[in-house]
Amino acid sequence: MSKKTEFGPPLNPRGRRLEAKELESITHVRAKVPAKYAWAAGTAMSRFLEELKNGKIIGRRCARCDRVLVPPRMFCERCFQPTTEWVYLPGTGVVETFSISYIDTNANRIKEPILVGVIAFDGAPPHCGIMHYFGEVKPEELKIGMPVEPVWKPKEERVGSVLDIKYFRPRRK
Amino acid sequence: MDLKKIRKDVAVVGAGMTVFARRLQETGKEMSWEAAKMALDEAGLTLKDIDAVVLGSAPDAFDGVHKKGEWLLDGAGGTNKPFMRVYTGGGTAVFAPIAGWWHVASGMFKRVLVVCEEKMSSVQPHAQSAFAHIWDPILDRPLRPNLVWIFAMEMQRYMHKYNVRYEDIALVAVKNKRNAVGHPCAQLADPTITLDDVINSEPMALPVRRLDISPPSDGASAIVLVSEDVVYEHTDSPVWIEGVGWCLDTTMWTNRDLAFPKFLARAAKMAYEMAGIKNPRKEIDFAEPYDPFDYKELQHLEGLLLADPGEAAIMTREGKTQRDGEFPVCPSGGLLGVGNPIAATLGIKIGEVYWQLARKAGPRQVKKDVRTGVAQAWGDLMQFSAVVVMRRR
Repeated sequence: MSKKTEFGPPLNPRGRRLEAKELESITHVRAKVPAKYAWAAGTAMSRFLEELKNGKIIGRRCARCDRVLVPPRMFCERCFQPTTEWVYLPGTGVVETFSISYIDTNANRIKEPILVGVIAFDGAPPHCGIMHYFGEVKPEELKIGMPVEPVWKPKEERVGSVLDIKYFRPRRK
Repeated sequence: MDLKKIRKDVAVVGAGMTVFARRLQETGKEMSWEAAKMALDEAGLTLKDIDAVVLGSAPDAFDGVHKKGEWLLDGAGGTNKPFMRVYTGGGTAVFAPIAGWWHVASGMFKRVLVVCEEKMSSVQPHAQSAFAHIWDPILDRPLRPNLVWIFAMEMQRYMHKYNVRYEDIALVAVKNKRNAVGHPCAQLADPTITLDDVINSEPMALPVRRLDISPPSDGASAIVLVSEDVVYEHTDSPVWIEGVGWCLDTTMWTNRDLAFPKFLARAAKMAYEMAGIKNPRKEIDFAEPYDPFDYKELQHLEGLLLADPGEAAIMTREGKTQRDGEFPVCPSGGLLGVGNPIAATLGIKIGEVYWQLARKAGPRQVKKDVRTGVAQAWGDLMQFSAVVVMRRR
């Protein structure tokens, strides 16, 4: 029943390069899909956002594994137990990793690169933190392990968002 | 978990895939039909012989139709049959075949068709506007991220922790784009590409440059899986699925060390245990790891326990992973060379391992005699891996 083949499969892949004038004959129907959402931040993240407004970073401790979870969660996904305690962190940290991006969110090219990365917070377990921007630093100066600190927006401009932090900059001694 | 007590052994008896490209003329349904028909033809079957159909396809947001399984149903041959859709992001390419496997391994079905489709060109102006919706809405989206960022950050961490040179990573792109020259479906094959071409390509999100990454594409792939009870009705030399594994890490990606994919090592151990593999480096002859970025091939070889952390880069530099090397990696040309219509990469992972083991890969056939191969895919928010070990007994 099986067909024996002598050539490299797939046997007969359909599809080919289109000529320019063929493109005119291709029909598309265009539409936008409008959808709006109101995402619940949840118990832990609501407090986290509230504390950002106060210029503070807060985590939740798991009493069993003793990890301070940042961003905070009401349960520890490893121990599968409720977390038990709020813990303020100093807000400083180190560059866990980073990228120098020449593309924006829609994949458009940009001239001035966005400096972005993960900040691992002091007082949290290794590799635990959030994604954010870096500022007051040249792209070539950014290094993994570099100590950084948050630069907050002025208090009256904070709204309870990760954007209440403008960016992280190299920590000043 | 009892990995030994599987009711039925499962074999691949046919595979098909479409050309990977920006397929403006065809709908997802039409591409699904093309791939499914090719796989059935190679198996010498018709749709009537098929007991159940599994469909794999990545985000609904690519199509803007929020019931993608049903949207593609007719093209996948699923009407009036037991049908299901699975989705694990990029991992779908190998996870959908695993879902097809358990349909047969359970003893419920004798012949199952697995179809994977992706049409990324529908979403305007770029697939990135759909990718934007996989980020955490509270922590990540306010920063207006681009999906490439997360890979750039992972690559940076990988290079830093294991002291891997960018030049060695870029060699993967060169190898795979050259390997793809023998592939009839290839979108990104380049017989003359050099290391300098990759290193000097435009910066996207550094360290990722344009040629380190596989761009959006459209396409479909399919395989036919059959039970040991009927396999010799269809072929004299079946390619068996000997082990499967899959695993996810936390979605809180900023709480992980991005340098090493622990979830993949777990998935691999599961698949190896099922396949009775004790020393994967000695017992596996070649690999088709998921390579949407060049560094991912290296990181995945390490996660598959086929190299120590950082060692895959050295193997690449020494030429061991070339098609005629001692351990061929991505002989298909991979996602970097053939293309990356996400779920449809089934055809260059599971499909290629099947064609290689069946000695049907034609100009792509690896030089050494191969009996055991591994296919792997990776996806969701960099947290999922699926692993399949296949063997010619």
